[in-house]
Amino acid sequence: MDTKLRNRLYDKSFYIVGLFATLFGLIVLLTLLIDITIDGFSRLGWQFLTSYPSRKPEAAGVLSAWVGTVWVAAMTVVVAFPLGVSAATYLEEYSKKNWLREFIEINISNLSAVPSIIYGLLGLQLFVRGLNMDRSVIAGAMTLAILVLPLIIISTREAIRAIPTTIREASYALGATKWQTIRNQILPAAMPTILTGTILAISRAIGEASPLITIGALTYVAFLPTSPISLEFPYISLKGLFDPFSVLPIQIFNWVSRPQKGFWIDAAAGIMVLLIIVFFMNGIATYLRYRYEKRMRW
Amino acid sequence: MRKIVISLLIMLVLLSAVIVHSAQLIKVDGSSTVYPITEAVAEEFQKSEKGSTRITVGISGTGGGFKKFCNGETDVSNASRPIKPTEVELCKKNGVEYIELPVAYDGLAVIINPKNSWVDYMTVKELKKLWEPEAQGKIKKWNQIRSNWPNKEIHLFGAGVDSGTYDYFTEAVVGKEHSSRGDFTSSEDDNVLVQGISSDNFALGFFGMAYYEHNKDKLKIVPVDDENDANGKGPIIPEYENVVKGIYQPLSRPLFIYVSKKSADKQEVKRFIDFYMKGAAELSKEVGYISLPNTAYELVLKRFENRKVGSIFGGHGSQVGVKIEELLKKE
Repeated sequence: MDTKLRNRLYDKSFYIVGLFATLFGLIVLLTLLIDITIDGFSRLGWQFLTSYPSRKPEAAGVLSAWVGTVWVAAMTVVVAFPLGVSAATYLEEYSKKNWLREFIEINISNLSAVPSIIYGLLGLQLFVRGLNMDRSVIAGAMTLAILVLPLIIISTREAIRAIPTTIREASYALGATKWQTIRNQILPAAMPTILTGTILAISRAIGEASPLITIGALTYVAFLPTSPISLEFPYISLKGLFDPFSVLPIQIFNWVSRPQKGFWIDAAAGIMVLLIIVFFMNGIATYLRYRYEKRMRW
Repeated sequence: MRKIVISLLIMLVLLSAVIVHSAQLIKVDGSSTVYPITEAVAEEFQKSEKGSTRITVGISGTGGGFKKFCNGETDVSNASRPIKPTEVELCKKNGVEYIELPVAYDGLAVIINPKNSWVDYMTVKELKKLWEPEAQGKIKKWNQIRSNWPNKEIHLFGAGVDSGTYDYFTEAVVGKEHSSRGDFTSSEDDNVLVQGISSDNFALGFFGMAYYEHNKDKLKIVPVDDENDANGKGPIIPEYENVVKGIYQPLSRPLFIYVSKKSADKQEVKRFIDFYMKGAAELSKEVGYISLPNTAYELVLKRFENRKVGSIFGGHGSQVGVKIEELLKKE
């Protein structure tokens, strides 16, 4: 066989391997979706979304779990986003290239590979017991925030690094300070990628059960955290942050391990709710990126 | 930036659609075996209190539950075995006094695959021979237990070693709590065990009878003979009647809740325990367990009202063959 033919053959076979690899992921996801939908579709409905857990599978619902998931996800963003973006900006724009920065960089990459249950242990000692936050929404959110912080820092740094140096130089040439350059040029330009990274990180966090089980998030919760907005003065309340909570993965985990088959159907429907929330969040990420990209004109 | 703040605000506004008034909170944690009973009671109790009392129930296992309970982090602890010496010590150190309240019985079922035609019953001695630590690597085939059984490998399945179920089974069968051979498939999730045994012709395992009840078509139950005629003659299966009569021995076990004495002074905890003892007979049956006799619940409630602290079992952990009613009467 001559070289030319052989190279053609390699080319073709890599094409097939690549196609197979791509389809493989899709097929697995599709199988999972179809399987879950067949099992859980009959349970999914208004009653399921507005009911608390129950000993009767047909009366049980995910209200406290999905509201808990949204609370925790929202608070995780509030905590992790400013911290992550500031840390990444510091590392990219301010810090000098020395051993300290290298040390921090190595630690951040290592942290992103630590199993999530370890973060749960950290959260249990630091937030639940050390800072006396108890098994509250805020303790859960802080734990997940630490879990996603390395991911946010890494994606933000990559986003900042992708901004052409010419933009920076142009800004300085016009007399802008470093802060003005970061505030008006770099961060807006990097924002689409930062947002995508953040929302993907949060999507991962809301699927996590193990760190929250470790800090002692609860399985049976038949009430919601105190609403942040009330009809009475002063209208805004942060009390909900200190209320106990449950999240969807924990509820699903509990239902799957019950003997009654009815709970397995509930679990499948719960997985659908979780998937819908994740898809919804990814949708927001795509939309925001589109909006920011359209606004960007150099 | 502003967009994010706005979208977060929108999220919070959506959440505020349901406005909840703050209420008293009762914290329960512990055993996953007792969880369904406490969940059922909590569900009914919150309905009867019209939401003015909140209850949370966690699952950290009997041991994990006691750790939190003895740290003063919870009001009530679910337990599938009596408190152990190490836990007694921890509670004492932190000044947590507790009231032990039995709430139901559970039968541990010994299970094989339906295609297994040779096992008609097993004695406790045979089970011990199979599960004791010395059996590891030695007892590998069915005919090593009874010579007329086939010369085929035996595959063992059992509850996870952190569970109260494992502690009780080892105490009852091997004679020493938390001691068994290590070469068996263990899982904290009983459905995994059901799956394993139902797809393996040479399997044998044990778990709570509720999981057998809901998977009767896929599993076969092994009658167990303790060779003590006082507990019923011959091999006995863990049926409702047999567990209530106390003749399914040694694999019937009592389930408990432990109430912290300090929390017991709170009005809402008092109401909850009162409700628990009055509803447990019916609700424990409904979720697949065996209720205590009605007179026993009265005695248990009296025990709570008298604030009788400490364990009837002397803080030594699992004990085999106990009849709750007799123990309570003796006090």
